[in-house]
Order: sequence, then C-alpha cells, then structure tokens
Amino acid sequence: MASKFSNLEPVVEVIGDDRTMVLNMGPQHPSTHGVLRLLLELDGETIVRIRPDIGFLHTGIEKTCEAKFYQQVVPLTDRIDYLCPMTNNLAYVLAVEKLLGLEMPKRAQWIRVLLNELTRLNSHLVWLGTHAMDVGAMTVFLYCFREREDILRLFEMVSGQRMMTSYFRVGGLALEVPLGFFERVKRFIDAFPGHIDEYEDLLTQNPIWTGRTKGVGKITYEDAIALGLSGGVARGSGVDWDLRRDMPYSSYDQFDFKVPLATEGDVFARYVIRVQEMRESTKIIQQALAGMPEGPIKADAPKVVLPDREKMKTQMEALIYHFKIVTEGFTVPAGEVYQGVESPRGEMGYYIVSDGTAKPYRVHMRSPSFANLNAILPMCQGQLIADVVAAIGSIDIVLGDVDR
Amino acid sequence: MALAAAITDLEQLKDRPALARLLSWKAEAVTGAKFDRGELTIRVRRECLREACALLRDDAATGFNFLSDITCVDWYPEEPRFEVVYSLLSMARKERIRIKVKLDSADPGVDSLTDLWPGANPFEREVFDLFGVRFHGHPYLRRIMMPEDWEGHPLRKDYPVEGYR
Repeated sequence: MASKFSNLEPVVEVIGDDRTMVLNMGPQHPSTHGVLRLLLELDGETIVRIRPDIGFLHTGIEKTCEAKFYQQVVPLTDRIDYLCPMTNNLAYVLAVEKLLGLEMPKRAQWIRVLLNELTRLNSHLVWLGTHAMDVGAMTVFLYCFREREDILRLFEMVSGQRMMTSYFRVGGLALEVPLGFFERVKRFIDAFPGHIDEYEDLLTQNPIWTGRTKGVGKITYEDAIALGLSGGVARGSGVDWDLRRDMPYSSYDQFDFKVPLATEGDVFARYVIRVQEMRESTKIIQQALAGMPEGPIKADAPKVVLPDREKMKTQMEALIYHFKIVTEGFTVPAGEVYQGVESPRGEMGYYIVSDGTAKPYRVHMRSPSFANLNAILPMCQGQLIADVVAAIGSIDIVLGDVDR
Repeated sequence: MALAAAITDLEQLKDRPALARLLSWKAEAVTGAKFDRGELTIRVRRECLREACALLRDDAATGFNFLSDITCVDWYPEEPRFEVVYSLLSMARKERIRIKVKLDSADPGVDSLTDLWPGANPFEREVFDLFGVRFHGHPYLRRIMMPEDWEGHPLRKDYPVEGYR
C-alpha cells in the first residue's frame, strides 16, 4: 500500500503513544450534512489521521430494486440523492432506455435538460447556503433558500412534488408541462444572474470567507484522478472533465456552455467553480427555453410507455397495454449497460443488468458522493479541526447518496 | 432504433485498442469479450486482473486512467457464481470499458486494485460487505455499509429481500 494514502487505514485500533487523542465527530453533527461519522486522530488541534464511518443511512435500495418492476424503480432513485432527484431519474431512465434501444423525442430530451439544470441550481443553492453557514456566514443561507423555494415551486408545478419528483419516466416524461410553466421559468431565470451576484457580493471578497477557504483542503490533480473524484471537486483541481460536454447524453451536445476549471485545488477553487456552474446552467436553461422543440414527450413504444388517458377511453389496445404494463411491467431484453450523467456532485452512474424479465436483475448506483468522500482523507491531514468542516462542505456531500 | 445483436466474436472485436492491447500482451488472459449497446466488455482471468488493469491504465494507446466503479453481480445458483465488474474510463479518448472477472463461490477472491487506484478502497469494501467477495491485498477489508456484527451478505441472491427473521 502506498504510504501516501496510509491514512486510509484505521485510526482507533492503532493508537500507540500518548501524544494523540481520538475525537468522534458525528454522526449527529450539523456540519456533516447528514449522518456522517468522522473519527479524528488529533495532535493538539492538528489532524493526524481521519477516517469516515458511513452506512447509517444504508437502506438497501439496490436490493429493493431487484424486487420491483422497471418503472417502479424510478421513485426509489429520487431518494438516493435527495437534493437532485431529477438527475437520478435521468441517469436511471437513460440506462433503461439504452437497454431497450429506445430513442427519445426531441422535446422530451430538451425538457429533461431544462429540468436537470434547474435541479443543478437547486442543489448548488443548498450546497452554497449550508457550506457558507458551516463556515459562519448565516445570511447566504437565507438568500439561497429564497431562490431554492422558487425552484421547488417550479418542480411542484410540473410534477406535483417539491422534492421527490419522479417526473422522468422510462420512455419520456410523466406529463406534458403545464400551461404557463416556461414563462415562469423564464421570469425566474432572467432574474437569477442578479441573485448570483448577490451571493458573490457576500462571499467572494469577504476576508473571513477567503481566510477560511483559500489554501484549505488542498487536493492535487494526480490525487483527484487516483481517488476517483469527479464533478466540482475534480474540476477544482484541474481535471478538465464534464460528462455533459465530453460524453453528451440527452441532447447536451446541442447546448453551448463552458466547463469552469480551476487549478488551485482548495476549498475556494471549488466554491468559484460551483458558482460559475450556476451561471453556465442559467445559460443552458435560457437556450432550452428559446429553442424548445414542439412534438411528443413520450417515445412511440406502446409496450413500454403508458398510453394517454384520452386514448384509453376510446381505443381497446391502449387499455390493454395500460393493464399489461401496470400489472406485469414491461420486459427488457437481456444485457447490461452503464450510463453516467453529470450530477451536481460528479459522475452519477447506473449499472443495470437485465435477464430478460420485467424486473432488473441488478441495479448498481455509482454515486458521486461515495467516491468523493475519499477526498476527505488527503484534504484534512495536517490541517486544523475547523478546516474539516470547510472541507466537508466543499465536497458537497449527500449522505443518502453515499449510503444508498 | 432497433437493438443490434451483441458481438461476442473475438476476431471481430480485436481492432478495439483495449482488447488489442490485452491480446498482444497475453492472449490467454482474455476469456471473452462482448460489444453490446455501444459498450465493450472484456472478461479476464482473475489471476491477470491487476496486471491487465495496470496495463490499460499506463499504456498511452488505451489510457484508461480513471476507475469509475467497482461492483458485483451474483448469478446464483450458476457457477462460477460471482462476476466482479470494473468500469474504467479513459478521459483522453472519451471511452469507457468494462472489465469482468468470474469467481467461484468456493473461493470468491480477487486481487485488490487499491495500489493502482487508492479510490478503489471503498468500492471494494462495499462489494466485500454486500457480496462476501474478498480482495487480496486490500488494506482495510471490513464492512462499510452494514454493522460490524451483521451476518450474511445482503446483495447475494440467496439472501431474502426482507432479511432473515
């Protein structure tokens, strides 16, 4: 084992001398963003070693998926990363559509992109608010949650739910968007760059904020690759990689956006990147609104996609298909796929194995938080306890995503 | 878009850089390959896994520098029962491949990749915890999701969904 990462090894069991003490942080600690337990081995206030202890939120979602029909898995995916439900929905439905060989209509793809970027804004707002609050800036939290509330109202408008949306379905969307939805998104998004300026006014030049974040929690390019980091954490260390641009899915190749990049690798760099990402997401949403194609929102696959209500009232076949899909599910040809999407936290991947029946044989989620948690180890070694809080915040961890 | 049939013939697939590199290194290391739905899967002998991954990572022609994911599939009651699945990503070539290793239930163990990618650590622990597959050379192979004193490995197919009562 390379000595550089020897801090991956356990802490409590190897305490030899009397210089160090072990401090237990969490699982019930406000700045761990959920139920993360950290074991810190300390020399005074300096961290010698750190070990995360996870699994408190493990619900066995992967096992549950094996007992459900393909369409019944969609609501489960919301609950993995509860800050970006639409991204999880998207990764799952794209994977199943790849297994089925389904082609989505343009409009469905564009609405998916639009809602995905709104989800990214939603998730980044929660991140920014809580991260700033951890470091001591209370006001930002209130500002961020003001805008987040608007986004949740938009989600409620399309899906009927504020958080667990389940709006994307295998083969399209649950419903056509309601009347007046795009206008409301437009009103929100036109005002949003001004709100980002507000957050930046509060933080970017703020000496307390920069003092707490610059040069803290550093991670190098090589470590970022070796530890499997992705998303803002990797891009903050100079890893120029974004699945939306580099391996496009769901029509992302038709949008014009930049991938922010920084090389400092510290907490401040990750802050700058995510704020820039919000600005880029705003641009993507504006492009999606301007060029939204007309047409169907569901694929032409009657054996997979639930028929419209109107058709069920007039056509025998539609009624039969509806009954069959709801009671027996739809079968998926045997095979396996891996579909990765760029979630607000990094690479969210679904690996699905089908054995040809109506239930998945195996569903595995490659969750970004789980891999990014690796970064806590090199980030915190030799730093102060207070910096652990800044480091966790900058990883943007969601414990539901870690434990599944 | 109709599904194209999966290609499993090594002859047809040997132009793919990853497979070509492995075949020219050690032809007997590769036990099979599949190209299905735009994704390449290579099955390797379990003794060769570590070396094969190191080769794919370091060779400039393949450049699979990023380990995305490690997971496992249980094909109970078939033997060999476990299939450990590695997803590698080449950022330079914007390409993914899947490496697979089959393991018997009598001795489910394979070399750990933690010295190639330290990030493999939690993924291997998760597979160990939920499937009972061992990773030789792993620095800290202990349960990660389930409590330390848990009995059984929940994602195995012979483990009931609602647990043992």
